[in-house]
Amino acid sequence: MYSYSDFDAAFVAERNRQFRAQVERRIDGSLTEDEFKPLRLMNGLYLQLHAYMLRVAVPYGTLSAAQMRQLAYIAERWDKGYGHFTTRQNIQFNWPQLRDVPDMLDALAEVQMHAIQTSGNTIRNVTADHFSGAAADEVADPRPVAELIRQWSTDHPEFQFLPRKFKIAVTGSQADRAVIRAHDIGLRVLERNGEQGYEVIVGGGLGRTPMIGKTLTEFLPKADLLPYLEAIVSVWNLLGRRDNKFKARIKITVHENGIDEIRRLVDDRFAETRTAFSGVDQEMLRAIEAQFAAPAFKQSGTEAYDTAYDADPVFRSWADTNLTAHRADGYAIVQISLKAHGATPGDASAEQMRVMADLAEQYAHGELRVSHEQNIVLPHVHKSDLPQIHAVLQQHGLATANIGLISDIIACPGMDYCALATARSIPIAQQIATRFDDLKREHEIGDLKIKISGCINACGHHHVGHIGILGLDRAGVENYQITLGGDHTENAALGQRTGPGFPAEEIVGAVETIVDTYLDIRTSAEETFIETFRRTGMAPFKAALYPEKEEKRDAA
Amino acid sequence: MPRDFTPKVVTANALLEGDVVYLDDNGNWTRDLARAAVITDEADAQVRLLDASSRPAEAVGAYLADVKPGPNGPEPVHFREEFRRTGPSNHCHGKQADL
Ligand code: SF4
Repeated sequence: MYSYSDFDAAFVAERNRQFRAQVERRIDGSLTEDEFKPLRLMNGLYLQLHAYMLRVAVPYGTLSAAQMRQLAYIAERWDKGYGHFTTRQNIQFNWPQLRDVPDMLDALAEVQMHAIQTSGNTIRNVTADHFSGAAADEVADPRPVAELIRQWSTDHPEFQFLPRKFKIAVTGSQADRAVIRAHDIGLRVLERNGEQGYEVIVGGGLGRTPMIGKTLTEFLPKADLLPYLEAIVSVWNLLGRRDNKFKARIKITVHENGIDEIRRLVDDRFAETRTAFSGVDQEMLRAIEAQFAAPAFKQSGTEAYDTAYDADPVFRSWADTNLTAHRADGYAIVQISLKAHGATPGDASAEQMRVMADLAEQYAHGELRVSHEQNIVLPHVHKSDLPQIHAVLQQHGLATANIGLISDIIACPGMDYCALATARSIPIAQQIATRFDDLKREHEIGDLKIKISGCINACGHHHVGHIGILGLDRAGVENYQITLGGDHTENAALGQRTGPGFPAEEIVGAVETIVDTYLDIRTSAEETFIETFRRTGMAPFKAALYPEKEEKRDAA
Repeated sequence: MPRDFTPKVVTANALLEGDVVYLDDNGNWTRDLARAAVITDEADAQVRLLDASSRPAEAVGAYLADVKPGPNGPEPVHFREEFRRTGPSNHCHGKQADL
């Protein structure tokens, strides 16, 4: 794992010292809120509905056991004993008090963490495939390049006042687990004729105007990455619409100018930026890569796993649902579900964080990941250790066998916490999960992603959910709009609206109607929800959701 | 005739704790909506909001929120204000925890 250089440590310590002084000056009245707000946002501190919220960066979703333990400590010492993992692979603390925040930041710095650039019009925390370095289908671990981008973009003088925030996601596999087509820039590491490079995708994003990113170049040689990124960001920095917040993201710039024009401008600018990079970045990258070397995988039998798999149906169900193929023989990737039926998606108690840290230390080479789907991953586990791990998870409410199923719901904080929300998301997720658990049908239903956002900003990725739910305020009442057919993978697609929204009391029933329709019309149990939707389109779902309308049409 | 004025309270978030506060009849901040001063006049509302906004060392982001009369004092009109005076629905935290 990456370890801070002296420069990183000094930088974070200095920022924390500055912020401590700023908080003091705010409290003693020498700073107004207007002066203080940009300063606190630069340090990840928001003011939400009921309290402040501290958003802590988890770079490329990678945590060490010690870091996870420190997050547990912070949750207990200064918050209400839990933390919330987000779709940006970050963690949020929902209840800090202003006076305590400098101490929280110092506690984070002790384990090489911070909350810098988790807000504001900067290049935000780079997100990555949560199976990086472990996935069987991976070309190369994308995290070294994510770290390189982090170092290049952190406090970059040209990019502190961008037209808007800027999000980069990376993956090292053909299978996209990082939703790279829904980011300002998406990068995919690939190999061509034995040479490593990147596919560069630009102009994706969700929110008010959702767009699927377009390929800017199919193969960028590895050494050209930073000058090329710098060219993209500076082209946008000039063209980007600073006059209108809603048109400022690069997706609009790409849309308004066309991908070919953007490509031409980027290539022009690249000819200049390229000469400014002397190759130091590539030396840095090599040094970073060394820090991400794979752990020493052990060679041993998997009998303990095979025995438990045959003997214990609960273990078997969990193994079938929550494990993914690992690149090393005898190993598996474990997903720990933070979606126990009826629980808040993405919440983990301090005790659960400690349990996961201990398991990582004991069985998983000390590493954990946060997935954008709001679960925790143990990336490197030898199969022979799985029965013990499962037993411990069971004791702490962490053994839910539902990864990828209908109750593995992404939900943003919504109006239970978020000041921008137009409706709640969490209770809707809780009710859907509980309902389908009662029906005991989720394994029969199979792969189905529900994603819920509490406003148009789409932190809950609803546009790319197989079933997307968007909470709105309709004349003072919570109302939920449904989209179907979204896809967050390499086949990225935006969902289509079913029609008028549903009030809170009817939304679970509407989801049930959609699922029943799917079960009725699928060709076999092998045809997944999204495959069925692609085959049939919206019509059968619409007919089931709005029967009155159909009747009217028949009568007419 | 001036058009009907929906009664209002002045609300904000406390600077130190970040929690929801309301202005009461004496111009002090209270954490309980039931004790908030109900303003029934537009001009009065603007004056009180200005006053609240000029006390940045106590509270942040003051604004006027619609209320309606209830048996125990003012009650929220909009669901957002209902959540603000109660707390989140997934954990018994926030104001509801102190009841
Ligand atoms: S989608 Fe909206 S409600 Fe949900 S977290 Fe983002 S800004 Fe808040």
